[in-house]
Amino acid sequence: MSYNDVTHHAADDQDHDHDHAEHGPAPGLMRWVTTTNHKDIGTLYLWFSLIMFFIGGAMALVIRAELFQPGIQIVDPMFFNSMTTMHAIVMIFGVVMPAFVGLANWMIPMMIGAPDMALPRLNNWSFWIMPFAFTIMLATLFMDSGGPAGGWTLYPPLVLQMGDSFAFVIFAIHFLGISSVMGSINIVATIFNMRPPGMTFMKMPMFVWTWLITAYLLIATIPVFAGAVTMLLTDRFFGTSFFSAAGGGDPVMFQHIFWFFGHPEVYILILPAFGIVSSIIPTFARKPLFGYDSMVYATASIAFLSFIVWAHHMFTTGMPLAGELFFMFSTMMISVPTGVKVFNWVATMWRGSMTFETPMLFAIGFVIMFTVGGLSGLMLAITPADIQYHDTYFVVAHFHYVLVPGAIYSLMAATYYWMPKWTGNMYDEKLGKMHFWISTIFVNVLFFPMHFVGLAGMPRRIPDYSLQFADWNMIATIGAFGFGFSQLMFVYIIFKCVRGGDKATSEVWEGARGLEWTVASPAPYHTFETAPVIEPATVTR
Amino acid sequence: MSSNVTRWALLLLVLLMLPLGAWADWGALNMPKGVTQISNEVYTLHMRIFYICVAIGVAVFGVMIISMFLHRKSRGVKPADFHESTTVEIVWTVVPLVILIAMAIPAARVLIKMEDFSDSEMSIKVTGYQWRWQYEYLDSGVSFYSQLDAEHNRARQQGADVDLAETFPGTSFNGVEDIYLAEVDNALVVPVNKKIRFLHTAADVIHSWWVPDLAVKKDAIPGFINENWALIEKPGIYRGKCAELCGRDHGFMPIVVKAVPQEEYDAWIADKKLAMAQADSDQDRQWSHQELVTAGAQVYQANCMSCHQAEGQGIPGMFPAIAGSDVATGSIDKHIGTVMDGVQDSMMSAFSDALSDAEIAAVITYQRNAFGNGTGDTLQPTHIKSLRAGDTLSAPSNVAAAQELNTTTGVN
Repeated sequence: MSYNDVTHHAADDQDHDHDHAEHGPAPGLMRWVTTTNHKDIGTLYLWFSLIMFFIGGAMALVIRAELFQPGIQIVDPMFFNSMTTMHAIVMIFGVVMPAFVGLANWMIPMMIGAPDMALPRLNNWSFWIMPFAFTIMLATLFMDSGGPAGGWTLYPPLVLQMGDSFAFVIFAIHFLGISSVMGSINIVATIFNMRPPGMTFMKMPMFVWTWLITAYLLIATIPVFAGAVTMLLTDRFFGTSFFSAAGGGDPVMFQHIFWFFGHPEVYILILPAFGIVSSIIPTFARKPLFGYDSMVYATASIAFLSFIVWAHHMFTTGMPLAGELFFMFSTMMISVPTGVKVFNWVATMWRGSMTFETPMLFAIGFVIMFTVGGLSGLMLAITPADIQYHDTYFVVAHFHYVLVPGAIYSLMAATYYWMPKWTGNMYDEKLGKMHFWISTIFVNVLFFPMHFVGLAGMPRRIPDYSLQFADWNMIATIGAFGFGFSQLMFVYIIFKCVRGGDKATSEVWEGARGLEWTVASPAPYHTFETAPVIEPATVTR
Repeated sequence: MSSNVTRWALLLLVLLMLPLGAWADWGALNMPKGVTQISNEVYTLHMRIFYICVAIGVAVFGVMIISMFLHRKSRGVKPADFHESTTVEIVWTVVPLVILIAMAIPAARVLIKMEDFSDSEMSIKVTGYQWRWQYEYLDSGVSFYSQLDAEHNRARQQGADVDLAETFPGTSFNGVEDIYLAEVDNALVVPVNKKIRFLHTAADVIHSWWVPDLAVKKDAIPGFINENWALIEKPGIYRGKCAELCGRDHGFMPIVVKAVPQEEYDAWIADKKLAMAQADSDQDRQWSHQELVTAGAQVYQANCMSCHQAEGQGIPGMFPAIAGSDVATGSIDKHIGTVMDGVQDSMMSAFSDALSDAEIAAVITYQRNAFGNGTGDTLQPTHIKSLRAGDTLSAPSNVAAAQELNTTTGVN
């Protein structure tokens, strides 16, 4: 497209905007209810996710408090099971996913030079479904038959023993799914249709790429999950027997369907994190991302592989040997593209000129601790060994390493990295660094011992354990409370930054690259109303 | 200022690790080698992949740490601007691939061995229940249930206020295996040096039978049968747990495998057969009311108490009370039906397979007389036996509802 076309296009946009004559947010609370602005909606998602982080965290602390000592001191085992189940549901669907969607809302239009998301009203709707869905989900804890207690994986027949509040759980899951799919469609539509001329695919920042791929994973798998839970619903209330052998069904079929969703879901929780880290490390190394093309291909390979490894969650269900071998090999394969990504990050740091502001600390913490989780994942891929590891605390340690100092750290890194752009103020660097170090110490005290108790034979999802596991459980609980309460610092730092602080420049960071750093800080309510001119030489990533 | 924060943090990290390291039990850190050839091979695989991971970790983190030290702006380094190299990308794709292939071959070999069920010398069917195991020796007809030992069961109740370390001594610090929550009433006794085939299934929800020392873990799935095998080389006691979340008492259905020499095993089988014949004849005699209540109290503690609680008060909203309940003070036939067939779509499972005639009669008699229910009813094992045989007679009861039913149907 020629330059003239670009300006013409931009002029059209201007006229269009003038028709509406709407340049700032509506006043009052209704601004947040009726908003179609990508920045407002991004903010809503992020606050929602932060609140849910503390709700899910409180549940984790109930679990860890009960496990502080052997014996049952605090909660009934049934409520304990509700806590493990709800903790997972809240953290996955209420914290990590919405936070990534919030970041996508804020950053994708600004990164590709688009004025807003492609489907603004849908955007509003996909956020506002979530608080209601989670209200319903959490309300089951206060119903007569209690919250879901069969694990977040909802395996039948156990989950079908749940009382009538089960219907509310399924209903809430459906709405969360609708929200996710709508959000994903919006992201795909934005990336495909809202890029200004010159912003080719290979000029997009990694965060945009990882989200594009993540959105496809969501669109492909959430409907599968919706189907699975609908079958649970009809099995429970309408007399079907999809998952009951007595009626010709198969409980293991649920596990296959669930993990066909569940494994890509794992990558949904980590691919955007890869994108965030791929933005932050080059900035603070003052050196472009090493191997951009291979990063894109690696992300796509991981996404593809994520669809053909699901049964590695099921090695003990009695699969045929051929199936076990296939899923062992395909699972081991995932470590190749994942390794490429880690090596590329290290190569980006190599011979850079690094400074270690808080976002960089969290990003490096991510690379190291995510790799620890990735390596234990490689161990889990070895099927004969997995038969020993499966359903023990070793698995708990593994997925918490990839999700807490992995996904959650990427979210914290992203918050510190872009908060000056959002608020116009610098956060308190000293407090930010303290937050990083305290969190990092406690998160390891919390999760590292779980490797040991798991290998030594402690199953997961148990409220009480043999005395041999007592020491490490006590240490883990100390780590959990330390980590949990140190997150109050995070909240304090955010509030402090929103209310004031040193003014941020539009570039914010010395080594920052990309279109989001070309607009003022704080970012104006509407950005890129005129499409930016992207020349081949323009730095966009 | 900020490098101060870093320095303090690192110091704190080191200080924190020191006491933790001294305090912790280093004996219980790793996977057990176990007592079968397979478990040893699994252990070897585990250690091999572990060392590979450590090596990768040391290499990657080493380069990162060197880079973080050398390539910092504060040292006045100017950034390089290289940002791609097809050669290195190919290298770090191919090298891991080669490592993976080197790992995949031995792993596949062990897996193929684990899945070879041929030439087994005996078969044991293991059925998971909420929350106990049933063992059926298919070759000798011996069959029994195995569940958490009563003393452990009392100690693990909420508010039991038991000093666990004192009550269950032999613990973590000196490498002696502790047994809290790992002791059962009836252990699974098996002979050494025999290839034993296990057949796994479940009666209610999915369980998973796991004994780490045998490197055996297989899901027990209702309606399906999974295979598994072990050849134990060393006599001893090997403890395991249910590994698949199976409801409230998932953490409380341990497994104890006692491997003994062949002669000892044969003697044990003979004893067990004798005891079963004895128990069978017990089903046919008339029991006294007191006998039933006493036996019923034990059955209640083992099977009902964890949900319905020690005083039969239940947990409101979750587990109904038995004290003063309609079921336990109303029609005895409904009571029998509830215990034997369970309640659809609830956590109340069917006990008709799990309990013998005498146990069902005893626990129902107990429930109808304990907790202030005081119906005065006595239910004989023979009645349960005739019900199982297809009889539809109502049980004798002092409760008006039941009597009414009896008069209208003209029985008794």
